[in-house]
Amino acid sequence: MSALLEITGVSKQYPGVLANDNISLSVSAGEVVALLGENGAGKSTLLKAVFGLVKPDSGEIKIGGEPIIFGDTAGIISRGVGMVHQHFQLVPVMTVAENIILGDEPKSGLFINMKAARAEIIALSTRYGLEVDPDAVIEDLPVGMQQRVEILKALRKDVKLLILDEPTAVLTPQEIDELLSVVRNLAKSGVGIVLITHKLHEVMAVADRVVVLRGGKLIGTTSPKETDEAGLAQMMVGRSVVLQVNRTEAKRGGVVLEVKGMQVRDDRKILSVKGVDLALHKGEILGIAGVEGNGQREFVEAICGMRHREAGEVIINGVATKNMDPHGAHEAGISHIPEDREKHGLVSSYSIADNLILNQFDQEPFAKGWIRNLAEISKNAIAMVAKFDIRTPSPSNTASSLSGGNKQKVVVARELSEDLPVLIAAQPTRGVDVGSIEFIHNQLLSARDRGAAVLLVSAELDEILSLSDRIAVMSGGKIVAIVDSKGADRNYIGRLMAGLDK
Amino acid sequence: MSKLIDEVKDSRRKYDVGSWIVPIIAVLTAMLVASVLMLIQGLDPMLAYKSLFTTAFGSSEGIAATLGKATPLVLSGLAVTLGLRAGLFNIGVQGQLLTGALASAWAGYALSNLPPLVHIALALAFGFFFGALVGAIAGYLKAFRGVHEVITTIMLNSIVMGIVDYLASNPFKEADQALTRTPQILDSVRLPMFGNFPSGFFLAAALAFLMWWILGFTTTGFRFNTVGRNRFAAWYAGISYKKTIFFAMLFSGGIAGLGGAVETLGITYRFEPAFNLGLGFDGITIALLGRVHPVGIIPGAILIGGMRAGAADMQFDAGVAPELVDLLLAMILFFVTAPLISRFFKNSANRSLTGGWGN
Repeated sequence: MSALLEITGVSKQYPGVLANDNISLSVSAGEVVALLGENGAGKSTLLKAVFGLVKPDSGEIKIGGEPIIFGDTAGIISRGVGMVHQHFQLVPVMTVAENIILGDEPKSGLFINMKAARAEIIALSTRYGLEVDPDAVIEDLPVGMQQRVEILKALRKDVKLLILDEPTAVLTPQEIDELLSVVRNLAKSGVGIVLITHKLHEVMAVADRVVVLRGGKLIGTTSPKETDEAGLAQMMVGRSVVLQVNRTEAKRGGVVLEVKGMQVRDDRKILSVKGVDLALHKGEILGIAGVEGNGQREFVEAICGMRHREAGEVIINGVATKNMDPHGAHEAGISHIPEDREKHGLVSSYSIADNLILNQFDQEPFAKGWIRNLAEISKNAIAMVAKFDIRTPSPSNTASSLSGGNKQKVVVARELSEDLPVLIAAQPTRGVDVGSIEFIHNQLLSARDRGAAVLLVSAELDEILSLSDRIAVMSGGKIVAIVDSKGADRNYIGRLMAGLDK
Repeated sequence: MSKLIDEVKDSRRKYDVGSWIVPIIAVLTAMLVASVLMLIQGLDPMLAYKSLFTTAFGSSEGIAATLGKATPLVLSGLAVTLGLRAGLFNIGVQGQLLTGALASAWAGYALSNLPPLVHIALALAFGFFFGALVGAIAGYLKAFRGVHEVITTIMLNSIVMGIVDYLASNPFKEADQALTRTPQILDSVRLPMFGNFPSGFFLAAALAFLMWWILGFTTTGFRFNTVGRNRFAAWYAGISYKKTIFFAMLFSGGIAGLGGAVETLGITYRFEPAFNLGLGFDGITIALLGRVHPVGIIPGAILIGGMRAGAADMQFDAGVAPELVDLLLAMILFFVTAPLISRFFKNSANRSLTGGWGN
């Protein structure tokens, strides 16, 4: 049987960068191929070439045995190539059924035949074991369910080759498990799958073959049977990565941040933090583990002044604080790596230099009274770019020119530069490449060793386990347990997260 | 090290000035299309443009007239620019400008026995204050009530025009006159001339440089720019979105009002409703032509002021209707925004096909 997708010797030169250097790979029906690589490794260029959006300088791309024509994206899609994007392409106010049929609606006369549409969707979802409620409105659905709708949308068009772009970046651990089993089922039914991801254990769990790109070159093809996570990481970054962080014993000091009886409502005005008490000590990393949507986000936002708290106290260094705005929290000694760096963390059209002082723009030395001190801002930027290994030709480039990992380094650099007593890191390595993850982890640890009290919230249990000194498990808006990370049992914490043990 | 710092600072300025190629191409393309239209009518475009630009820029009287026309345009362009910097589209410059024009006219004829400088300053302040008042209404509704500024400023334009017409035709009307207009302002409150050149223009240009400095080099400017680019990040960084939006709209209205005042005190010497029509809307064209850069407004306003000043002679010399200038302005606006439009479509294509693929 011929391969669904066959890439032979594709090269693409951009000014100054060889984005793809003689890359060959093939995907057969029923096969899961994981495409691994750091940001900038050449994955996007390769995929754009597959969709006919980028013309390779040399080499050939065949789909179903036929070479593709550059620019003929519609033709390529009609040959059965589908893609599920990292950012969903759904209409939030429309129902599941409406979204799936959008653009190719079954009609009766002038009208859309919703009955036929629903029947078709139910048939489709039973066939692939992807349960959905056709009448649910997208914006009411959890992210994992929305992704399922995206997949169904692709499958409805008789997809033979499905490309999943970082599909697990936004999912909870349970949703990830479900997705991975969906991927396996799809492969079993004969769909060829290309999985793009940063997360090595997913690759290990689901891929038949792993293709690793680095700096535009194909570094190697391997399979989960032949290697392990550390081996994959080494292939990706070209050196061995310490996935298990070298963490020394914490020198725990007194309580810096104390939360008492905190209650917070979420965006839908539903009480999602239901009375939390927590004490964060100097010189420790306290990790909050939990399935996303159990109140962690609201809890952190309330501490950082981004969300009103209904009840309870936040005491910083013995001083009780009122409800604050983010600036007030910053003044009170809290630095905060926000969960959504594009929305809150950065002004992407500003220079890296301005982003590095975004919340200090009116403070000495970056402003003298009313006037901004551009020389100091530049000096700071040059120092920070070097210290935090922000990969950019110049700090005057806009933040939007950076890769995800480097954007996050800008935020981390800014928040750590002031050495405030409390550091709150929300999902600090989400969507960040392996090399940057390691760097950010080490920065969090050195902040701890300098005596900061660090509160870490992450959807990645591995991250919590490897960085934290203590782990608080949050479930149903409450902290159900606080355990010492030394000898913490992964399964036990997983059960707590799921709300099984009390 | 210090060289590197200078380099970073330099490129910041370069980034601030933006590309001048788009506006130049937009103006040339508009002129080209207009010449085709003239040729179709059997007119001579070379003669028309020659007449237009010799009248506007060929003599010191011509330049003086051009600068006179350009003066309120600089200010209405600045008003639009300030709004855009804070992420607001102030369509209400027209109404704010009319309010300022009427308020300064009243201050110019009704107040007397003041030393000239004090009187001029007071009349200008009246224009600024009442323009700011109209802007502040939209600013308040946007910042504290969440009403979109495009809706409120369009509605305020209509409301203000009604009020201004009423005032000019009733309580403030010149006695024993058929026309709807206020009495003439006192001679002492007229803006002085520097030789042929209207001093109002230099005032407006100075304000443009002041705004450039404030936006580029002060914390206030940083607040405006940050809110305009990402208001969530601004909030996170401790910048009050509401306050910034409110004051941006207030000052935008104030500058527009000042534009009306300068027109009244320097050109028309009274308020007459039909006189100032269109100045506010030209401000939108000029702001975009000037790449939303305060200093870029000055050449844009001079160009458009020159077209307005030369339109009558163009009709006389080449038989081209003065409305051609309106057509030119409309096409300039179209071509100057076309790159924005094409970029928007390009981006939306990216969103669906390549969006989220990382870099």
